[in-house]
Amino acid sequence: MTEASIIAIKMPKWGLSMSEGKVGDWLVEVGKEINIGDEILEVETDKIASSVEATDGGVLRRQLGQFDEVLPVGGLLGVMADSSVSDGDIDAFIEEFQANFVPEESGEDGDAGNAYAKINIGGRDIRYVQQGDGEQNVVLIHGFGGDIDNWLFNLGDLSAKATVYALDLPGHGQSSKEVGDGSLETLAQCVVDFMDELDITKAHLVGHSMGGAIAQQIAIDHPDRVASLGLICSAGLGDEINQDYIDGFTHANSRREVKPHLQKLFADESLVTRQIIDDILKYKRLDGVEQALQTIGTAHFAGGKQQSVSADQTATLNIPVLAISGEADQIIPAAHTENAPQSIETKVIDGAGHMVQMEAAGEVNKMLIELIQRGSG
Amino acid sequence: MARMLSFKDAINEALDQEMARDESVIVMGEDVVGGTGSPGEDDAWGGVLGVTKGLYAKYGERMMDTPLSESAYVGAAIGAATCGMRPVAELMFVDFFGVCMDQIYNQAAKFRYMFGGKAETPVVIRCMVGAGFRAAAHHSQMLTSVFTHIPGLKVVLPSNAYDAKGLLIQAIRDNDPVIFCEHKMLYGTEADVPDEAYTIPFAEAAIAREGSDVTVVSLGAMVGKSLEAADALAKDGISCEVIDLRTTSPMDEDTVYESVEKTGRLVVVDESHPRCSIASDVSSLVAQNCFSSLKAKIEMVNAPHVPPPFAANLEDMFIPDAGKISEAVQAVAA
Repeated sequence: MTEASIIAIKMPKWGLSMSEGKVGDWLVEVGKEINIGDEILEVETDKIASSVEATDGGVLRRQLGQFDEVLPVGGLLGVMADSSVSDGDIDAFIEEFQANFVPEESGEDGDAGNAYAKINIGGRDIRYVQQGDGEQNVVLIHGFGGDIDNWLFNLGDLSAKATVYALDLPGHGQSSKEVGDGSLETLAQCVVDFMDELDITKAHLVGHSMGGAIAQQIAIDHPDRVASLGLICSAGLGDEINQDYIDGFTHANSRREVKPHLQKLFADESLVTRQIIDDILKYKRLDGVEQALQTIGTAHFAGGKQQSVSADQTATLNIPVLAISGEADQIIPAAHTENAPQSIETKVIDGAGHMVQMEAAGEVNKMLIELIQRGSG
Repeated sequence: MARMLSFKDAINEALDQEMARDESVIVMGEDVVGGTGSPGEDDAWGGVLGVTKGLYAKYGERMMDTPLSESAYVGAAIGAATCGMRPVAELMFVDFFGVCMDQIYNQAAKFRYMFGGKAETPVVIRCMVGAGFRAAAHHSQMLTSVFTHIPGLKVVLPSNAYDAKGLLIQAIRDNDPVIFCEHKMLYGTEADVPDEAYTIPFAEAAIAREGSDVTVVSLGAMVGKSLEAADALAKDGISCEVIDLRTTSPMDEDTVYESVEKTGRLVVVDESHPRCSIASDVSSLVAQNCFSSLKAKIEMVNAPHVPPPFAANLEDMFIPDAGKISEAVQAVAA
C-alpha cells in the first residue's frame, strides 16, 4: 500500500522545555484498533506524566518504545496502519523514518520563535512564550496560581494553526510579583499592555478560570482587539467559587498542605504527581508570591463569592464565544458554563475537572481551533 | 526558562540578595573578602574557594576579613546577633569548630533559654564539610551530628544548588543560630535556580526519587551517590525511594516514617563515622517509631571509624560510594 496509510506515532512535545520523554505502559495491544482521541501509551517527562492521544485512527502494528526507554521529542514510539499493509512495508517505513530522523535541538534557549522570553511592561517583568507563525493571533491567559505551563498540552496543537502567545500574569510564574491592587481591571490592563507591547492588534483570547474573567473584561472594554473568546472553566460566568481552595492554596507552605488542594483541580487525583507538587511549592516559596495571591484572591473572590460576573455582557459581544468546563470541576461549578446565556456556545466534558484543557486536551484543542477559524472571518 | 547556577554561585546570590534587602546582614570570616587593602581590592579573592567573591565591591564594610581566631570572630558574630544584627560568620572548615565551640554551643545555643526569652541570636555560621578534596584529616570531616546533638542550634546540609540558596535565605531570616554546612565537593554542581529570592522551610525533607521497595535516607553529597545507586538498582528490579533530609535539626521525621511504612526497609547513608552519627540517629528513630513496619534489619552506610585519610586511594575508600550503597540496599531487599 502507499506510505500514506502507515502512520508514525511520535513522542509528543508537551510544553516548550520538553526535549525527551520516558515511555510508560502501552494502553493498546498490537493488532487492536485505535480511534482518534484514544489514549495509546503513557509518557512521563520531567514536568508531568500523561498519555499520548491518537490524532489518527488505525490498527496498532508496532510498539517500538519500550517501558522506561527515553526518546527524544518526535522520536518513533510506534506504528499504526491498516491491517492489509504488509509487515515488510512497515519495516521499510520504520527503517526510513529512523534513517531520516533528527532530534530537534534543545528547545529551551532555542530559536527566536520558540523560546521563553521576558519583557518589561510598565515596570513589571512579564515572562511569555510565542510559538507558531500563523496569521491569526491567540493569547492564552492562565488562572489563579497558574502559569504558562497550564497550557503544556495546548501550545503544540494551537501553534500549528496560529501564532500563539502565553504569558505569566503578574504575581505568577516567573513574572514580577508586584500586582498593584490585584484587581480584574489591573490584570486585564496588564494583558492589554502586553498585546500593545508586542504589536498584537487583535487576538483570539483563551482564558482559564480567573484568566477567563480577564479575557471577558478585555473583550468588553476593547471589543476591537478581540476576535473570539475561549472560556475554559471560566470565572465571571457565575458567582460561586471554592473559597476553601483559594485560601488553602494561597497559604499552603508544605507538600502535605498543598497536595489536597491540588488534587481538587483534577477529576483524577492521581494526576497530581510529586513533580507537580514540588513545582508548585517552588513557585509559592518565591518572595512576594503569598502576598500577591492574597491580594488577587481578595480582589477577585471574597467570602466565597466571585466579585465580578460578566456573563450577560459577554453574551452581547459580537464575536464567537465558547465556554468549556469539566463536569467534575470542584473549583468553579460546570453549571456556570451550562447555564451561560444562549449566545455563548458551551460544552461540558465528562470525566474532567477544573483543568479540562489538560485533562481532555485533544478535544479542547479541536474545539479551540474551530473557534479560531470561526472568529477569523 | 531554566537558569543553571552552581551551588557556589547560589550561596553567593543568597548572601547578595539578603544583604541588599536587609542592612543588618553582615558577613565575617577569614578571607571572606580576601585581600582588603592589598592590590586588586575590587577583585578580591572572596573566600578560600571564591564563594563570597564580588560581595565586598557591593557591600564594603559589611563584609569583614577577620583575624585568624575563630573564637574571637564567631564570638563577635554571636554577640552582634544578640545586639540586633544578622551576622553570617564563616567558619572556613567545620573542622575548626573546636576552637570556638564554647561560643556556639554554650553561648549562642543557650542565650534564648538562659535569658528567659529576652535574648535572640539570629546568627548563621557557614562552614565547609566533607571529604573528597584531598585536604586530609583537619579539613575533610562531616560533623553535622555534633551540632545536631545540641538543643538551641539548627543544622542545615543542602545537597544541591536550588536547596542551598533557599535554605541559606531561610537561615539568614531565622531568628535562631543556624549551622549552615556546605559540602565542598558540591560547590561545582549545578541546578535550576530561580533569579528571585525564595525560602525553603526547615524540617522538610525532599523526596529525591520516589520508590516502593527500599527507603534510602541520605544527606549532603550522599544524596547524589544514593541516586546513582538507585539507578543501578532499578535495572535489577529494586525500586528505591531516596530521601534527602536537608536539615538535621529540626529534622523531618514524618517523611522518613511514611516512607518506611510503605517500603518496610531502610538504608541510611551518611558520610560521617558510624558512632553517634545522623545514620545511627535516624536508624534509632525508625526502630522506635516504625518497628512493626520493618521487614528487614536496618542498614547504615558510613565512612569508617578513622580520621579522613590524606592518601588519595585511601580517601576514595573512606568515602561511601554508590557501590557500597547498592550492597546495603541489596542486603535489606534480600
